[in-house]
Amino acid sequence: MLKEITSKKPNKKILLLGNDAIVRGALEAGVQFVSTFPGTPASEIGNTFYQIQNSEYKIRNLYFEYSVNEKVALEAGIGASFSGLKTLVAMKHFGVNVCSDALLPFLYTGSKGPTVIAVSDDPNCWSSAQSEQNSRAYSYLAHLPTLEPSDSQECKDFTKIAFRISEKFKIPVMIRLTTRVSHQRMPVKLSNLPKFNSKGIFIKDVERFVTMPPRVLKMKDELLEKIKEIKKFSEKLEIVRKESPSKSKLGLITSGISYLYLKEALQELKLDIPVLKLGIFYPLPEKEIEKFIKSKSKVFVLEELEPYLEKEINILAKKVNPNLKVIGKNLLPETGEFRPEMIINALAEFAGVKYEEPKSKAKVPSVKHIPQLCPGCPYWLIFSAVKRAVDEKKVIFGGDIGCYMLGGLPPHNLQDYLSCMGASIGIAHGIKKSTKNQKLIAFIGDGTFFHAGIPALINTVFNNSNPLIIVTDNRITAMTGHQPNPGADNVTRRIKIEDIVRACGVKNLKVIDPARQKEFIETIKNFINKKEVSVIIARRPCIFLKRKNETKK
Amino acid sequence: MKQKNKQSNIIIVGTGGQGLITLLKIVSEAAFSQGYDVKTSELHGLSQRGGSVGVHIRMGKKIHSPLVAKGKANIVIALETQEALKGVYFSNKETVFLINKNIIPIPFKKSFSEKEIVSVIKKSSDKVFLISASEICREKLGKDVVAGIYLLALASFKKLIPLTPESILKGIEKIVPKRYFKLNKETFTLAKKNEEKIF
Repeated sequence: MLKEITSKKPNKKILLLGNDAIVRGALEAGVQFVSTFPGTPASEIGNTFYQIQNSEYKIRNLYFEYSVNEKVALEAGIGASFSGLKTLVAMKHFGVNVCSDALLPFLYTGSKGPTVIAVSDDPNCWSSAQSEQNSRAYSYLAHLPTLEPSDSQECKDFTKIAFRISEKFKIPVMIRLTTRVSHQRMPVKLSNLPKFNSKGIFIKDVERFVTMPPRVLKMKDELLEKIKEIKKFSEKLEIVRKESPSKSKLGLITSGISYLYLKEALQELKLDIPVLKLGIFYPLPEKEIEKFIKSKSKVFVLEELEPYLEKEINILAKKVNPNLKVIGKNLLPETGEFRPEMIINALAEFAGVKYEEPKSKAKVPSVKHIPQLCPGCPYWLIFSAVKRAVDEKKVIFGGDIGCYMLGGLPPHNLQDYLSCMGASIGIAHGIKKSTKNQKLIAFIGDGTFFHAGIPALINTVFNNSNPLIIVTDNRITAMTGHQPNPGADNVTRRIKIEDIVRACGVKNLKVIDPARQKEFIETIKNFINKKEVSVIIARRPCIFLKRKNETKK
Repeated sequence: MKQKNKQSNIIIVGTGGQGLITLLKIVSEAAFSQGYDVKTSELHGLSQRGGSVGVHIRMGKKIHSPLVAKGKANIVIALETQEALKGVYFSNKETVFLINKNIIPIPFKKSFSEKEIVSVIKKSSDKVFLISASEICREKLGKDVVAGIYLLALASFKKLIPLTPESILKGIEKIVPKRYFKLNKETFTLAKKNEEKIF
């Protein structure tokens, strides 16, 4: 696969996962700097770059890194862009929350080296615990131009277009994906790879790179001006396209994955209704939309999650066609992902045609295999020690993001709250400060500790609270596919979690192999009664890491 | 290849770790090499560690949606017996079910029996086949990881999918590490030998 994805003059089609098509698109655009923090459904973007750069197909003059979190990943990308490099930053949707602080000013300064931010949303929360986030809201919040591909071919093509827009308008561009786009495979036509230029150069330009009043407001004006220009530009983009010349009074407007279900539904119902496919979500090509809706009596807007597009079209309709009926979320859900039959049914209703859904007489009982910790996973040992050390009913258990989330499911049931990365400690502090004698154990993985746990830990020391924190250290970022983190073995300079914990001022600290159950249990019993915060680093490598290393030998 | 105009929708169900994504890759490479347009959908991540999983593979002249619509599957391949029930949603009277006799218990729940499972599915489809793929592969090849390949081979020999054994083997060669190719090839030979006995 690496050979094909890096081939210089392919002139053929290969099967590509949506995320891998993003990689190929960036390569075809001549990307020079890539940073990411792994998160499903975006993980493969980073994984593939990592594999390429650690293989015989390594691309010279291309820098790749797994950053410690999405904020520093974006900041690194901003630095690369300021130095003139073509830059890609990839993350899952929650990563945008983490990096949003750096994102907004980046739109003000603009990019120098063309910059694309690939973000994958997860409708239906297939691999996302904390919320069903619609990252399109950031397009508005940050004034971030946003493209929405439907399939792998478009993932590749749109990435190149995004780089083009970024280059032309000196602005970062977001490619917004969803699970069913990121994890879709199809034959993708490849183009040639360009030459990859070498190092950039940072040329001082205070006017451009320093956001500080009073200049910052001027920058906002400039940003708004850019958006206006991009809007004009987007009207002519090939990714905004009208399909079917039929004179029907009905119209369909859509983008992203919904477009594919819609095409399927039109075929199934044998309907010929014009479709406006919007490859760009922000800024919207309003003129094209106005032209499309002007002569229509009824349009159906198909979009997953919150109806941002539908609202925009309602506003435009007021201007050019006040009698237009705009249908959207009254026929389709706002929660969860779409399914093809959902769109067939909704389209049938919209178009006033009959559709008999295939019905089965079978009454199917529910079967649900719950995800489990892998056999041999060291976390079994951690949860079992905790269960034996304390009275579960009397202790609050804080969960965090990683494989150890499974501690919240049977047979463990050790999770009383779960929020975002690092929150096991942050919330633990708040609970300890707000309650009298309630005991609390917070679980946090090694990757998550590096990502967002450290400031929260410092806060427990700084503001003096006493949760017991168990760092479930399996020496790798396991859940998303074994990406290295600063505490892993295969890094240039390993950073020891115990050194950080000590430096944060934590006095009660112990590193234990959870296989030593007796010692582990004793330490939990001892630490949970301490007046100050305590940390146990339960260290034992992920079972797959062990196996991988063994097969390598 | 006239059959290219025919669409084939495949659902593979099972539990995380049974190799569904590998199967998906093999099938889609095979279909692609035979000149089909292909779209697939899979899921990654934590929910897949031993949890219920289903992947979709669609092939035909021109495919839009990566997901199979309700009632539109041509074949359901179940690597775990109980998970076969998930296939009913995608099935119609003509849908073929190839079900591995391999019940993975759900903790704290009584497993459904093969009989119960088949009787439910039979209300939807007439073509339900229970096959001891895991057991046969374990006995004859010493490994049951190839149970999915065994079912896939049967589907190919019986022409339940429009893919030839040759193109599937080509897909395997492309996707599976070299050292496992022999095992996969033996799985095909085994499936060929047992083909007549099964259905």
